[in-house]
Amino acid sequence: MTLLWLLIIPIIGGMLAWMSGKTGTQVPRWISVIALTVVFGLTLQIWYQYYSKIDLFTEQAWLIEFERAWIPQLGISFYLALDGLSLLLIALTAFLGIISVVVSWKEIRHRVGFFHFNLLWILAGIIGVFIALDLFLFFFFWEMMLIPMYFLIIIWGHEDKRYAAIKFFIFTQASGLMMLVAILALYFVHGNATGVFTFNYNTLLGTEISASVAMWLMLGFFVAFGVKLPAVPVHTWLPDAHTQAPTAGSVVLAGLLLKTGAYGFIRFVIPLFPEAAMQFGFIAMILGVVSILYGAKLAFAQTDFKRLVAYTSVSHMGFVLLGVFAWNELALQGAIVVIIAHGLSTGALFILAGGIQERIHTRDLDRMGGLWTTVPRMASVALFFAMASLGLPGLGNFIGEFLVLIGMFRENIPLTVFAAIGIVAATVYSVWIIQRIFHGEPREKWQMRDLNLREMVVMAAMMIVLLWIGLYPRPILNTAKPALDIILREVEEVQMVDTWDSDLEF
Amino acid sequence: MFELLWLIPFFPFLSALLLIVLGSRMPKSLSGGIGAGSIGLSAVLTIIIGINFLASPPENYSYTQVLWTWIDVGNLTPAIAFHLDALSLVMMFVITFVGFFIHLYSTEYMIHDDAYARFFAYMNLFVGAMLVLVLGDNLVLLLLGWEGVGLCSYLLIGFWYKKPENGYAARKAFVVTRVGDIAMLIGIFLLFMHTGTVQIRHILDLAPQIWMPDSVVPVTASLLLLGGALGKSAQVPLQVWLPDAMAGPTPVSALIHAATMVTAGVYLIARTHVIFELAPAIMTIVSIIGLVTALIAGFSALTQTDLKRVLAYSTISQIGYMFLALGVGAYGAAMFHFMTHAFFKALLFLGAGAIIHALHEEQNIFKMGGIRKEMPVTFWTFLIGCASLAALPLVTSGFYSKELILWKSFSSQYGNVWFYIFGAVGAFITAVYTSRMFILIFYGDKKTDVSHLPGTRITITLIVLAFFSTVAGFIELPHTMGDITLFSNFIASVLPAVPVFDYALGTELLLQIIATLLVALGIYVAFLFYIKRPDMAGEFTSSPAGKAVHSFWFKGWGFDWLYEKVFVQPVVYLSQINKRDFIDSIYTGIAFITEILHRLFSRTQTGNVRWYAMVLVFGAIIVITIAVVL
Repeated sequence: MTLLWLLIIPIIGGMLAWMSGKTGTQVPRWISVIALTVVFGLTLQIWYQYYSKIDLFTEQAWLIEFERAWIPQLGISFYLALDGLSLLLIALTAFLGIISVVVSWKEIRHRVGFFHFNLLWILAGIIGVFIALDLFLFFFFWEMMLIPMYFLIIIWGHEDKRYAAIKFFIFTQASGLMMLVAILALYFVHGNATGVFTFNYNTLLGTEISASVAMWLMLGFFVAFGVKLPAVPVHTWLPDAHTQAPTAGSVVLAGLLLKTGAYGFIRFVIPLFPEAAMQFGFIAMILGVVSILYGAKLAFAQTDFKRLVAYTSVSHMGFVLLGVFAWNELALQGAIVVIIAHGLSTGALFILAGGIQERIHTRDLDRMGGLWTTVPRMASVALFFAMASLGLPGLGNFIGEFLVLIGMFRENIPLTVFAAIGIVAATVYSVWIIQRIFHGEPREKWQMRDLNLREMVVMAAMMIVLLWIGLYPRPILNTAKPALDIILREVEEVQMVDTWDSDLEF
Repeated sequence: MFELLWLIPFFPFLSALLLIVLGSRMPKSLSGGIGAGSIGLSAVLTIIIGINFLASPPENYSYTQVLWTWIDVGNLTPAIAFHLDALSLVMMFVITFVGFFIHLYSTEYMIHDDAYARFFAYMNLFVGAMLVLVLGDNLVLLLLGWEGVGLCSYLLIGFWYKKPENGYAARKAFVVTRVGDIAMLIGIFLLFMHTGTVQIRHILDLAPQIWMPDSVVPVTASLLLLGGALGKSAQVPLQVWLPDAMAGPTPVSALIHAATMVTAGVYLIARTHVIFELAPAIMTIVSIIGLVTALIAGFSALTQTDLKRVLAYSTISQIGYMFLALGVGAYGAAMFHFMTHAFFKALLFLGAGAIIHALHEEQNIFKMGGIRKEMPVTFWTFLIGCASLAALPLVTSGFYSKELILWKSFSSQYGNVWFYIFGAVGAFITAVYTSRMFILIFYGDKKTDVSHLPGTRITITLIVLAFFSTVAGFIELPHTMGDITLFSNFIASVLPAVPVFDYALGTELLLQIIATLLVALGIYVAFLFYIKRPDMAGEFTSSPAGKAVHSFWFKGWGFDWLYEKVFVQPVVYLSQINKRDFIDSIYTGIAFITEILHRLFSRTQTGNVRWYAMVLVFGAIIVITIAVVL
């Protein structure tokens, strides 16, 4: 039942917020904060309840399951399940959800009720994606995130919002369709082979699929998740969407929406099609390295603050792609830490970008400079997150990138070296951000106020979590471990059978 | 007693945090007090622990304090754990002790700066990170300290952020050192892959068992670690950032860019010397790089006009000597020179700071002169520092440490006579540029008026450092003069002495006399050029060849120019030509074509029935034709 609450609360909360929008602007905000705090509390409660005994879940990773028949004729069920991996991602979702409501407190001033409805429904969709283990239901939630996000950009976005929103919609929708086709194909392949037509993830695992079909199906999923991640060359929707979205939209996009892609790789692409994924692995890793370097290079050239941060996201998510397809415990754990840490550090940079835009109505880096004197608190905070983003040890991102690279090193040394060069590139663009906004001579005389208490609380919360992950990441690593162990083992078994078969041929 | 070890890095971190959060609301006296006081506490604690260490050494002369397990994935289990042994103790002593006096000096030196609290916050953060670097018991924790000091170096070089050139210098330092760090990071990966651990002690214990000398892994690993060391310690080819790093406040140059951080590379190699010994070829490379750096930077120091840049090149050059010592296996000598250098170079930088302050922020040594009467304390202490740097015999610590390095570079089994010769040439150059600097500052005509004299805290610091610049040398005396080996005995538990070839005392004495004569000659040359015949220097630099050489040396042997052309410009060019991301044009192209097709087809919808009928007929004909033909 708890799992159901995780979905119902934001859905109901969203509707209440919309309805209460008529009464003024404060009620929807408070409803949203309360709803998300309850979700966050529930997540922490689950975490607390299972943390000490999480090691016991060695055979079945699901800590909690919830299943009701939905359309039994087609083998569709309302099947939710949660393991350590989903738990971490839901905690992140609720945390960043609260933060996006709080940062929109002053920024969003019209249609406040509808705004919060959309925000909460996106979050509900994201939570659904993280716990739906029926592929049909999963696709349902996958689409559910999309439409309110489209509204968020097109209604509350900036100057080019229509273009960005439609681009976002087409990219994700088109790639989502490929996944739908792959899901249906998998459903029929499994049904024809076994007589059991079902969308249940547990049952579909280990479906016997001929190599060529598996490759096509895997690619169907890969494209959908690759667009979301995003990986070069299907990343171009992201800079536009980020630049045009309101702050909360950017936070949710960078912190959560991109992570559904990463989650999809770990949960679906590799476990469902281990052999095809391994065959494709080398290309995927190359795409990861290209994303790291190309994203960083583009970030460096940008003059729009939000666009710059968007490209750094492409670069950071390249590490996730790399970590997933290196497919060993170190790299996978690294990918998960990158997912969480990047959500916080990049989310915070977008909040700062939004804060600056709110104050001086521009995102143009060429018009900033020397702002340290004017807004020292904001500058120090920005420095912190820039350092997190360049992978400074002691902060969360380092742990993730370090684990990805050290795990990757076993699989492919040259690619690791190229990916490591990305760290130098990250140094270049991170210090460049600080230089152009806060250091140097002011280019224009801006009058702006420093971060207020509300903003400082948000920033402090994010800084503390990043420091915590950087210095004591073990709660996260331990929580994810059983889930990853099981996925790793399943894939290993498949591969072992595979090598055994091929040995026989000789 | 040793359980208190964690407090030593904790105090600086705590006060850094306090200053960052509350610093803007504190009076300057309080933020200065917290800033310097915390380092003072750490220094006292270091000395207490050091005394305990000497009096009742722990088992195996090492003590490890595990605070908590940091990461735990598979067999990667680095802990937040501090490792105390003779090597880390020497480093800690220099960091906290010299660090404290530099902080004390700064409380007076920086008093007119608005960002007083921010300055101390960064300085304390630096000390904390530097302590973690030397105390870390595994390579990942070492990396944490390593990157932490890099960050603080970046922040403090760019401390006066309003000037764009300071920001440029700061970014340059950060990025160049991070290039080396990537090499080091990959070295860590390699060591982990082959040993299954990142704990330094484990790796060093395993290394001789699992690797043959000269085999691929130790050679590659030591080369990669060397990459990190070259960046941090500003050695050729990654030395370019240090002269520009002088943009930071002078106490920063003293603490970070002379006494402590830039010697982190020396520490890294000493710490992992077992791996380097399995790669003799790399050892030789370390020595050669050290020598080349010592000479190149020495020549550059000869031509500089900015006082701080003279000292910066001198630092690069002196660290070159430490690398020379490391490469011949004389780790003790390298650490000894590290310690004496920390004293006298910090002294010189702080003296320079006092002079620059007194002369209205004038940094050009050609605009100084004749101030020895007006600034007596600064004069005498600076003289002691210069004497030590130039390795004036018998009475200076620099003499003993440099002699030790020169002797080992000849007598060690990794050494040879060429190392000695070039090292001695370097000592000659050192003497020349040191005397040149000294003469130009204190002798000749007065060109700038002394505006104000250093106060108590600056004076105390200068005197204390001058004292240690002198006496620190007496704990290690060569065979020819007393044969005291307190320092090398102490550090031998971590850094065992490399076997040396037996030479007669006479040989050693001869080499010492030669080196001493070269120093004397160097001082005479400077005397000749800058006091007796000042026109000679002018004549030399005004000839076309002299001018070219002078400019070449002045600009640091063209490295900056080369890197600008080879790395910076191509990267900037690449990012400029593809600012708008050409991949996006594929998608906009698709959208564009779709739009054109849409317009094209919508033009056929004219609403004209005759037109529709005609198209229908033509279409039917075409279809029928195709059907018939096929």
